[in-house]
Amino acid sequence: MVLVYIDHQDNQIKKSTLEAVTYGVALAKQLGTEAHGLLLGTVNDDLAALGAYELKNIYQVNDAALSSFDAQVFVKTIAAATTKVGATTLVFSHNQTGKAVCAGVSALLKAGLVTGAIELPKTDAGFIVKKTVFSGKAFANVSIQTAIKIISLSPNSFHTTSGAAAPASITPLDIPVGAGHVKITAVNKTSGEISLTEADIVVSGGRGLKGPENWGILLDLAKELGAATACSRPVGDAHWRPHHEHVGQTGVQVAPNLYIAIGISGAIQHLAGVNRSKTIVVINKDPEAPFFKAADYGIVGDAFEVLPKLTDAIKKMKASA
Amino acid sequence: MKILVCISKTPDTTAKIAFADGGKKFEEAGVQWIINPYDEWYSLVRAIELKEKDPATIIHLVTVGGADAEPIIRKALALGGDEAIRINTDSSDSFYIAAQIAAVAATEKYDIIFTGKETIDYNGASIGGMIAALVDAPYISLATSFLIEGSTATITREIEGGEEVVTVNTPVVVSCQKGVAEQRIPNMRGIMAARTKPLKVLEPAAAEHLTSIESFELPAPKAGVKLVSPDNIDELVRLLHEEAKAI
Repeated sequence: MVLVYIDHQDNQIKKSTLEAVTYGVALAKQLGTEAHGLLLGTVNDDLAALGAYELKNIYQVNDAALSSFDAQVFVKTIAAATTKVGATTLVFSHNQTGKAVCAGVSALLKAGLVTGAIELPKTDAGFIVKKTVFSGKAFANVSIQTAIKIISLSPNSFHTTSGAAAPASITPLDIPVGAGHVKITAVNKTSGEISLTEADIVVSGGRGLKGPENWGILLDLAKELGAATACSRPVGDAHWRPHHEHVGQTGVQVAPNLYIAIGISGAIQHLAGVNRSKTIVVINKDPEAPFFKAADYGIVGDAFEVLPKLTDAIKKMKASA
Repeated sequence: MKILVCISKTPDTTAKIAFADGGKKFEEAGVQWIINPYDEWYSLVRAIELKEKDPATIIHLVTVGGADAEPIIRKALALGGDEAIRINTDSSDSFYIAAQIAAVAATEKYDIIFTGKETIDYNGASIGGMIAALVDAPYISLATSFLIEGSTATITREIEGGEEVVTVNTPVVVSCQKGVAEQRIPNMRGIMAARTKPLKVLEPAAAEHLTSIESFELPAPKAGVKLVSPDNIDELVRLLHEEAKAI
């Protein structure tokens, strides 16, 4: 059985979870087995609706101790659930929760783990999972040698597919949940912002924008596109933008459908964080900027002129669509 | 207070990534090696800052690697730390590496174990979580700040779309990223002092390898950029809409 971890935040199922579900269902078909979900705690969303992704059933462990996230508690509960239902493959999303728990589950079950997987494993001989390494500059094919296998799926690597399948059943799972040691004392959400790693479109600015006071034209474009905003390392280091927007080898790695780079030269460390984007647009007034070599579309021009025009052109396109 | 900082050796961030033996092996020729940036800039520097505040703090550094990892662990000692441990083995399997560090932690009883959020070579982001599970300690991932008062740590960690602040009593395992500390440059005094700091070499503990890397590959090269005139922005929007189907 393939068991997919149903990650949620604020009682809502995450988009990255739906990708993991689609991946888990496809993997189960490939292995000739069934895909089930595993939910810890509760969500407000209609769980049975996950049947649209061909998930047959969701095991739910509900305990007061699971209402607040504590990696140690979640790891033990997931490991116990895996053993109890007899799952042989576990799928997580490689998002913040996945990064907090999948390694611990791997260690407790002595189940081989591949994090940051980008496609379905090759299972004709062995079990080989392709993942990004060197921060996106290369891929590795990793063989898992244990009976239980764990994959955490890189966000935005696998498109969700849903149809009109039967609702999923929900099976309560009785697992003793221990008390946690971690107390959450505050949550600071950057309200209204689109999560960078889950975004379909990312609009990113570099030193070419000259100062934080000039970010308005970039934010306008992002708003028009429903895009998340990002920045290069020098911009984050100079505190023009919050550091969690820094995209690159030592920042966030993203793989959106569309990445628009504005006034970013394209240092190798920056490219490492974005080169898995499906389409890259580079706007830079320097025709020699190395980023053009990694781009699909480019405009050699002044961002201060190009950006407002681009925002208007998109508005126009949307109005006529 | 006793702190363990996990140090990994990685290729420099500007290193050309290439593979030898038909994609079986990372091409090491001409590669500069550095301390994994997350280990150095954030977890090691934060540990040093805690010792500066409370000189009774003991910092151990640990690395899992062959003799070629010694310059890296010496460089880390030049930044700070009291002694280093090198576990004399090498592997690309996170569990095997984590089991080595957990074996050291089991005898030394650290209050805090710091790791970087990931290494910039294998990008596993797994060692901290595995150590925590193996020593049965709380695990705080993706920390962006770390404070400690007595035995209670207050840690800010990244969550989707924001951050949360948590408190936890030691022992605790923490994976660090940007925000936890600011990068430092080792000074001559530190470099001289590092030469005489103890560096213990341990033989590996028995542990399984759960995974192995079969091969590496490089991404397919891009077809080439299509340039659009800044006077014809509508054309870019058309291409993104009709050709790339990106908007």
